[in-house]
Amino acid sequence: MTLTLSGEEIGAKLEEKFPGSIVESGKDSFLVRSEFLLPVANYLKDTPGLDFDFLSYITAVDYYEYFEVVYRLTSLEHNHSLVMKARCYGRDNLSLPSVVSLWRGANFQEREIYDLMGISFDGHPNMRRIFLWDSFEGHPLRRDYL
Amino acid sequence: MEIDINKIQVYSSSELDKAEAETIEALRMRSQQSIPDPDEWLAQELKGNVLLTTVDFFLNWARRSSLWTMLCFPACCAMEFMSATASRFDLSRFGMEILRASPRQADLMITAGTLTWKMAPQIKRIYDQMAEPKWVIAMGACAITGGTFAQSYSVVPGYNHLIPVDVYVPGCPPRPEALIHAIQMLQDKIAKRKNL
Repeated sequence: MTLTLSGEEIGAKLEEKFPGSIVESGKDSFLVRSEFLLPVANYLKDTPGLDFDFLSYITAVDYYEYFEVVYRLTSLEHNHSLVMKARCYGRDNLSLPSVVSLWRGANFQEREIYDLMGISFDGHPNMRRIFLWDSFEGHPLRRDYL
Repeated sequence: MEIDINKIQVYSSSELDKAEAETIEALRMRSQQSIPDPDEWLAQELKGNVLLTTVDFFLNWARRSSLWTMLCFPACCAMEFMSATASRFDLSRFGMEILRASPRQADLMITAGTLTWKMAPQIKRIYDQMAEPKWVIAMGACAITGGTFAQSYSVVPGYNHLIPVDVYVPGCPPRPEALIHAIQMLQDKIAKRKNL
């Protein structure tokens, strides 16, 4: 059984390492400030004892005021997992740093989020729509789409 | 041939018996050859091998008895189609179990599944590449009207927006029996076709 690590513990650890990076942390997840997303992800991947070498999935949620992008990280070595979240506010020209350089599995999922939610990922090698055709207007999984 | 009455062996010496023997011998001599059949003049290979029909009937019979299906399985109706082709329902009873991956060898397209606009140009292109004459069976609710996704932003509301459809099979998915019935209806339709 995969152990789910406490967001509060990891969040406190990260706040110590990167001051100002953690907005809030809860029982099973923590929220990271988007400018710290890449260094925090890099730290989680490469620190011995954490070793989050596998990205289970990325998904995005539309909360009207902001979009929340959810990363579930897993360590195959230690068999534990963790949820990391990042927010971007507003409805237009949204962007977050891409994690493709750390986990190549993020490639298609970030394109999917861009396609359906309209969040673009900086540093992605191929930031294009994946399900819909290029001339499609709008992002259909947004709650105000219809 | 003259019959020498003295050479005929008769056991009785009565005139009556001699006369009977003469009659029978005369008939036997006349009947040495068999009477020829009326079709004797036909060549040996042709005998019993000639059927007469119309060109229309012959072409339609050949076409409807060997419908080869194009693979066009964008979604879940394909599972039901696989079931129809497998041994339990056995489409090959109707001469169309051969699924072709090349549109140039197929004359029937069974559209088993939901079609998105992103996939639509490929389906249209495959249909255009099939050789004439060709037919289409729209299988399932999605193929007929887009089904439950008809109001969606990305789903084609029915294959008949792209290609002409001959037979519609309702169901989500249709039972294999329904599909087989649709194929038989299509075969009836082909049988009525005028080619000349």
